[in-house]
Amino acid sequence: MGGGGGVTRRLMQGSAAVAEAAIAAGCRFFTGYPMLPFTELLECMAARLPAAGGVCVNAASEIEAINMALGAAATGARSATGSCGQGLALMQEGVAELALNELPLVLFNMARGQQDYFQATRGGGWGDYRTIALAPKDVPEAVAHTQLLFDLADRWRTPVLLYGDYVIAHTSVGIEVEPVVFPPLPPKDWALDGTMSGTGRARQIWTWNRGKPNTPGAGPDAAWKRIADKYAEIERAEARHEARDTEDAEVLLVSFGTTAVFVDRVVEELRADGLRIGSFRPVSLWPFPGSALAEASAGCRAVLVYELNAGQMVDDVTMHAADRSVVRSIGGVSQDASGMRQGDLLDLGALRARVREVIGR
Amino acid sequence: MTEVTATGPAQVPEGQAVVEFSPRLLQSPEHELCPGCGHPVAWRVVLEVLEELGLANRSLLICGHGCYTQMMKLSDIDSLQCLHGRAPAVATGVKRMLPDTAVLTLQGDGDMVSEGLHEVLHAGARGERVTALLFNNGVFGDTGGHLTATTVLGQRTKTSLEGRDPATHGHPIDVARLLAQLDGTCYVARGAVNTPGTVARTKRMVRRALELQMEGAGFTFVEVLTMCPTGWFVPTPEGPDYLEETMSATFGLGELKAPGGP
Repeated sequence: MGGGGGVTRRLMQGSAAVAEAAIAAGCRFFTGYPMLPFTELLECMAARLPAAGGVCVNAASEIEAINMALGAAATGARSATGSCGQGLALMQEGVAELALNELPLVLFNMARGQQDYFQATRGGGWGDYRTIALAPKDVPEAVAHTQLLFDLADRWRTPVLLYGDYVIAHTSVGIEVEPVVFPPLPPKDWALDGTMSGTGRARQIWTWNRGKPNTPGAGPDAAWKRIADKYAEIERAEARHEARDTEDAEVLLVSFGTTAVFVDRVVEELRADGLRIGSFRPVSLWPFPGSALAEASAGCRAVLVYELNAGQMVDDVTMHAADRSVVRSIGGVSQDASGMRQGDLLDLGALRARVREVIGR
Repeated sequence: MTEVTATGPAQVPEGQAVVEFSPRLLQSPEHELCPGCGHPVAWRVVLEVLEELGLANRSLLICGHGCYTQMMKLSDIDSLQCLHGRAPAVATGVKRMLPDTAVLTLQGDGDMVSEGLHEVLHAGARGERVTALLFNNGVFGDTGGHLTATTVLGQRTKTSLEGRDPATHGHPIDVARLLAQLDGTCYVARGAVNTPGTVARTKRMVRRALELQMEGAGFTFVEVLTMCPTGWFVPTPEGPDYLEETMSATFGLGELKAPGGP
């Protein structure tokens, strides 16, 4: 160990590290309603945010939380909230409202497993919108993604989501959280602060985009077409993925989030056994890295999707694989008895057995 | 059938003059609301107070969903239109980030009392330093006259055709009374706009609420009973009296809570 390198790593729980990352990114408003495994993130923000000059409000429901966070975002402040999938289900009305008002917000889904893929990528609100969703595989990546998401939210003026889980929220790691510097952002000239009132040019944020007599808006049709075009642009610009050992792979193992750590270990073992296998991980669940998957899966005789749900991401994999007829789902519903985390299938032996069963070796 | 005759301009008594006046914070007087609607009068009072208190260029409106959304569209106030029922929650996020700005919420009875009772009660209990305005006409006017949580007993709506019967439709909620019980609220009042006298009194209530907000005293609330002859299915000229006999009689007017006692 070299001493005095200036790097100060601290042993931190994932929730605390994500909270530090959010504060380092300039988050100044946070709110939430306790629900495991999101609870610790709320606790950390309540403890840390006031000293950083921010505000953390105890919401009386997830519906209240998303709407409070929306209000703070409308003033131009960096704002965030979260829950697990069950609470985010209640927040969907607000997520749509944020998207169609073009307001930035960071949402943390500290999920109880992998069953919120559809919720994260399709959403449940009204209207034509999407949500940028990043799924880190471990705590250091969650820290990096948190800062990136605050940047993406402002850059694209849209709600964004971190798909974490129990593993990320509760794993303690030695980590240093440093503010990341991103390219400059455009000024938030859309933000409301009350100072344009009475000037004849008051601002207005409204999903219908009707404007005021002196400053007519585009109206819903033109506004929503423009927003739809923006999401098409995001789809082209922000897809992220990680591919390993795919150059010569005849079998491709696809997974997302913390499950990918297990997948990569099994890929290493099976490679050592002589199997030409690789792995592919969408880092952004939306936009789904479709063209990268098509490239990585070209020539594969099997594309195996390992997700701990009844089969959600497999839809996206099937849509984009070079040969959709070789896509197979080898995951499944897998919840532990507490209901808070992944069950028996999050296991190297179980995964190895399922891969061998399908490929016949 | 009543004969309608053109009467020409109103007769102005000798020695008096009609002064045309629009609040400066109104960008256009051309709203799309029904004849006899009480909302424009109630909103005009709010705009006048903002101007008189010198809050014109540091005020922000959080507006709900209803006929009164028209008022937001026409007003020269920075505005955020939000989901039905959620204005007090949205205002919480706004005010916490902008503590020196006058933050107003505007909701109808369907918005605040039916859909959003949870949000307004919790904002009140937290003592959020905002002024919540309720334009209460006892009916979903925007959807065409349906029962809300403040529809008075016996009132006929499209979803209570024989009149509001408590056995079927339950009782109206007096949200002002609920708010007045909460320690976080500092001012709770109910006015109306069916007579010149009630309009003047309502204006004093709005002024007091905004003054207290800017002093940081706590959550302030003004309910204004407004006419909706279209949604009530009564002839337009009868709106003010109908309000008096039904809504004012049910809820009562006045200050329910104020610093030093109402």
